[in-house]
Amino acid sequence: MNVMQPIERIRGGVHENERHESGHKHVTGTAEYIDDIPEPAGTLHAYLGLSQRAHAQILSIDFEPVLSAPGVLGILTADDITGENDVSPAHKHDDPVFATDKVEFHGQPIFAVIAETRDEARRAAARVRIDYQDLPHVTDVLEAAAANYPLVIDPLKLERGDIAAGFAKAKNILEGEMRIGGQDHFYLEGHISFAIPGEDDEILLYSSTQHPSETQHMVGQVLGVASNAVTINVRRMGGAFGGKETQANLFAAVAALAARKYRRAVKIRPDRDDDMTATGKRHDFHVGYKVGFDDDGRIEAVDATFSARCGFSADLSGPVTDRALFHADNCYFYPHVRLRSRPLKTNTVSNTAFRGFGGPQGMVGGERMIEEVAYALGKDPLEIRKLNFYGGGGRNLTPYHQTVEDNIIGRIIDELETSCDYAARREAVLAFNRKSQIIKRGIALTPVKFGISFTKTEYNQAGALVHVYADGSIHLNHGGTEMGQGLYTKVAQVVADEFQVDLDRIKVTATTTGKVPNTSATAASSGSDLNGMAAANAAQQIKARLVTFAAERWGVSEKDVAFEPNTIRIGAERMAFSDFIKIAYGSRIQLSAAGYYKTPKIHWNRSEGRGRPFFYYAYGASCSEVSIDTLTGEYQVDRTDVLHDVGKSLNPALDIGQVEGAFVQGMGWLTTEELWWDAKGRLRTHAPSTYKIPLASDRPRIFNVKLAEWSVNREETIRRSKAVGEPPFMLPISVLEAISMAAASVAEYRIAPRLDAPATPERVLLAIERMRRAARNG
Amino acid sequence: MTVQIRSSIRFLLNHRLVELSAVSAVQTLLDFLRLDRNLRGTKEGCAEGDCGACTVLVGRLLEGRLKYESVNACIRFVGSLDGCHVVTVDSLAQPGGPLHPVQQAMVETHASQCGFCTPGFVMSLYGLWMENPKPSVAEIEKALQGNLCRCTGYAAIIRAAEAVSVIGDLDRDPLIAERATIIQKLESLKDGKRVEIGEGSERFLLPASVDDLAEIYVAEPKARIVAGSTDVGLWVTKFMRDIAPVVHLSHLDELRRIVVDETGITFGAGVSYTESFPLISKHFPQLTELWNRIGGQQVRNMGTIGGNIANGSPIGDTPPALIALGASVVLRLGKKRRTVLLEDFFIEYGKQDRQPGEFVEAVKIPFLPENALYAVYKITKRLDEDISAVCGAFRLTVDGAGTVTDAVIAYGGMAGTPKRASHAESALTGTAWTEASTEAAMEALAQDYTPLTDWRASADYRLLVAKNLLRRFYLETKGDEPVRLDRKQAV
Ligand SMILES: Cc1cc2nc3c(=O)[nH]c(=O)nc-3n(C[C@H](O)[C@H](O)[C@H](O)COP(=O)(O)OP(=O)(O)OC[C@H]3O[C@@H](n4cnc5c(N)ncnc54)[C@H](O)[C@@H]3O)c2cc1C
Ligand code: FES
Ligand code: FES
Repeated sequence: MNVMQPIERIRGGVHENERHESGHKHVTGTAEYIDDIPEPAGTLHAYLGLSQRAHAQILSIDFEPVLSAPGVLGILTADDITGENDVSPAHKHDDPVFATDKVEFHGQPIFAVIAETRDEARRAAARVRIDYQDLPHVTDVLEAAAANYPLVIDPLKLERGDIAAGFAKAKNILEGEMRIGGQDHFYLEGHISFAIPGEDDEILLYSSTQHPSETQHMVGQVLGVASNAVTINVRRMGGAFGGKETQANLFAAVAALAARKYRRAVKIRPDRDDDMTATGKRHDFHVGYKVGFDDDGRIEAVDATFSARCGFSADLSGPVTDRALFHADNCYFYPHVRLRSRPLKTNTVSNTAFRGFGGPQGMVGGERMIEEVAYALGKDPLEIRKLNFYGGGGRNLTPYHQTVEDNIIGRIIDELETSCDYAARREAVLAFNRKSQIIKRGIALTPVKFGISFTKTEYNQAGALVHVYADGSIHLNHGGTEMGQGLYTKVAQVVADEFQVDLDRIKVTATTTGKVPNTSATAASSGSDLNGMAAANAAQQIKARLVTFAAERWGVSEKDVAFEPNTIRIGAERMAFSDFIKIAYGSRIQLSAAGYYKTPKIHWNRSEGRGRPFFYYAYGASCSEVSIDTLTGEYQVDRTDVLHDVGKSLNPALDIGQVEGAFVQGMGWLTTEELWWDAKGRLRTHAPSTYKIPLASDRPRIFNVKLAEWSVNREETIRRSKAVGEPPFMLPISVLEAISMAAASVAEYRIAPRLDAPATPERVLLAIERMRRAARNG
Repeated sequence: MTVQIRSSIRFLLNHRLVELSAVSAVQTLLDFLRLDRNLRGTKEGCAEGDCGACTVLVGRLLEGRLKYESVNACIRFVGSLDGCHVVTVDSLAQPGGPLHPVQQAMVETHASQCGFCTPGFVMSLYGLWMENPKPSVAEIEKALQGNLCRCTGYAAIIRAAEAVSVIGDLDRDPLIAERATIIQKLESLKDGKRVEIGEGSERFLLPASVDDLAEIYVAEPKARIVAGSTDVGLWVTKFMRDIAPVVHLSHLDELRRIVVDETGITFGAGVSYTESFPLISKHFPQLTELWNRIGGQQVRNMGTIGGNIANGSPIGDTPPALIALGASVVLRLGKKRRTVLLEDFFIEYGKQDRQPGEFVEAVKIPFLPENALYAVYKITKRLDEDISAVCGAFRLTVDGAGTVTDAVIAYGGMAGTPKRASHAESALTGTAWTEASTEAAMEALAQDYTPLTDWRASADYRLLVAKNLLRRFYLETKGDEPVRLDRKQAV
């Protein structure tokens, strides 16, 4: 054995600012997305034909012009489906691949054209002639309720305390309502699937999916083959944000059907407009609320109903609306509370997962109530917030009966308030507004508490596969998908840390159902929590074998075998990792392991509305200052300060990127991103020309983002880190509220501005006008 | 005059000369790169010029000078590239070789997450770096107005842009170091011939000169003129319209001429927003912000004032601004020219005063009289790269006694054409320029316009904001206090 000098530490272990594993490929354009994969000769292209009606009976379809178009091989309709015409992730049988006699939203797929080129398929699809008989349609939530539209899934009720007694005791009661708009994901890479038929019933698919196992299952269901015939691969997605959790399934199924029918490779990629028209988005909400509080602003009782525009089918609307209720309390203790969801059917595309998964809408509703209380009492909303934070005797129970055990919001708010100089700046804003007639400013500091875990308990498990090859290189595969969040990087860091080898010794390979089965969606911010643990578990299994082997072979106790940076220490001596692995292989030690993890402690009883759905909470806060123009409603975010909790970060650089990115995305949701349906039920904001996500020039003019470095997850998560994908999405509620304060200045802050989201310049100006009128009328 | 005809186009693609004789009029550069050449570093995010994922650089010669500009490959027709140098992300670093400084900066600052937008950002930043090695944050943001990133929140990308010059040395950049050779190669492609390719729905032409263009267009008045293709490109990629035969004009240097005399500026119809910017901002500083907020950098590099006007859209941004200035268009039919006041050019929605075979040759903008007050305001949902909900332009002459002697007010987004507000104008003319007369004019706007509700704005908002812009104009000319957001430079 060699005697080696120990080196201090490995390159690229946990808690390091490691670069994204694909960074150098992103910048050179060599990172391969599905549309970049060289197509086998003879590859065909599919294109969807979409409904041009919001709700109608299909009387007849004339495909002749489609079939006679250049390059067309044929079409696919429901008749070509060999299995079930359904991709409902809720197993409600309400999500057809192709509509048959009835269409339920404008943009619903009815058929697909298969042609030699994508352009030919797309042009041909537009040539179809369909006779419809229109039926009454509804696109708006409240109209749906008024028209007695059904719920797409059972609603949830969370109740605690005695709501009647709470309101009876409350000195003040306010009622109100709020509308919160939806959001398109606008992943830069649109949906795409590429199917290659194999032997027998086998099919290989490259699909831009966050949930390969479900895509596999759905493709099997539609084809009528078992899951073992279907393999789903995805190396990376060009963004997903929840939009590819269930929405990829239809495209995959169509590509697979066509590949089976024509026995050739088939690719399907909708144009951006069709992608935005035919795939689900964040749910729009209407919140009706009643809040009782005392003269200090302490909340006694809350009763609120969250109605959601779910679209034509259930999809994930159940868990999404559940999560809205789970976050309607944000950081606040409601002594008596009743929260109800109303997942309403509408004649719109079926809404789906989107970063935060209903949580943001719930939280915006909760924060609106805080604002109402503050304006009613003429106080700084931050004061009301602090008064109502969880904490103190008997004030730690959530509306779903989980006890908040890891509350750190107090410290986060204190630190942020000091570091951003909130009090003085608020005074300055008030002073500015007294002088300035047209331009007004606003400032707000808002907290976030976000529950981590899938509320569907079975999703809280994960698998990983680790091979150590005889040359000492390591292959890592896990069930999580890479959509830009840096999951592959973080999990590789974990494995590097386990084996104590430099990160470049590890190669992460494309996620595939063939290597790790029965995986969960990479969603609910759970990617590194689950897959990091599973990969660590796999590495630990291999390490355990190696330790036993080394102890036996060199006659030391197992305690004396240690993985040190790039070396193995056996007793007093050290050996290079790769040399050691070579010997282990020669001694017939199994160098591969499948790792597994399931989240402990969680349980949830939906019918009772009770349990511990979340393993832990992630916290954060932000303070934003804005200027608005009261003549036009235009605004600018002058400054934002963020302090966010990611526990003990696995990779601070990537986590900062997640926080910054989530902030700007959330700000877009609450400001300029507006979904607009016309009277015919057509979504008219279906491309970047009409749907405006933030640009570089929209980000706060001063943007200070910090992680709460002192935070350590009190639960045993992977290296005591916390999930980061979703929680920071809700930080920009401070922007909405700051705009609202600036608007409120026109009526001396005496009237709650009740600014709905998204706060487009138009909504801001109309809110200002409303307040001016109200102020004039006393 | 007999023109010689060439039946192929020739351009440099990265390091190679490409000659194409079988290419369709509607072949986009993006599909050509990805499908024809298998250069798949350049991505498609929207196919409508709005996301920047497809950004490449196009080097064009103008009077011996070579300038590389970022463009949207998705709406750029290959036919327009004759004599150009196309540079794609694939060529910036050799396999296994060092990264380009822009790429290196992006990696070091963690500026990519999903990476799909990244090649486009790299190309936009490369274009910026070549023109402006030490850009301010505001200049970086301007260069990135046409690039969307959904993941990063941009902070890291801005850090990357600031780091490029620390990492790299511009003088050693191949496109700088080898410029003379490239210019030589491009010059050698210019043979003064007319290019004519394809048949039927594939056919397109590149006139040899403006005279040739005039001749072609008279002979084929149904042909579709394409300048920057920032409108026409979408007809193809989004509406799948047949546009052939296409007549390109972006290669015609004569149409890119700018003449300044003592009365005003005349812009050739092919002058892009970017090319016109220095003179516009010098002589009409009130238009600087508007110019900076038309499209994104790529669109401004391609799009022309002539195209904006000829397109006739009621929400085009230059018409109201130029109508208020009293601009006119020079129209050419065969050898005949006529000059029409811009406000008279727009007849009704979808109809302009342009005969078959007649094209826009130039736009004349007179200088402002010395005592004139002038302002243009663009109202959008998002600050940058957004189409106006309302665009208001105001020009007043107030005499020594404080009386309005002349008022021109024009709005876009308020009617079927860019239109003057005659009631509001008369409410002001002859009165004192006061808050009361302003308010009277604001009220009169309700007689001038019945705007529509659509996804950009409701009718109520349009009318309200149109009125308030007039108030803004009044307050601004009185100069008491800031009445516009002061667009702060980010730190
Ligand atoms: C992402 C994006 C953002 C945009 N943002 C804005 C914006 O903020 N404000 C705005 O006003 N516009 C905007 N536009 C629209 C467009 O960029 C402008 O209208 C532009 O000025 C069009 O010029 P072009 O040279 O590209 O015209 P083209 O697309 O080439 O042509 C447009 C029309 O004009 C005709 N035409 C062009 N030149 C002539 C000529 N010399 N004689 C006769 N006919 C001619 C063409 O035949 C066609 O009908 C945007 C477009 C995109 C894609
Ligand atoms: S693909 Fe979006 S701008 Fe070209
Ligand atoms: S990194 Fe994903 S869109 Fe920019």
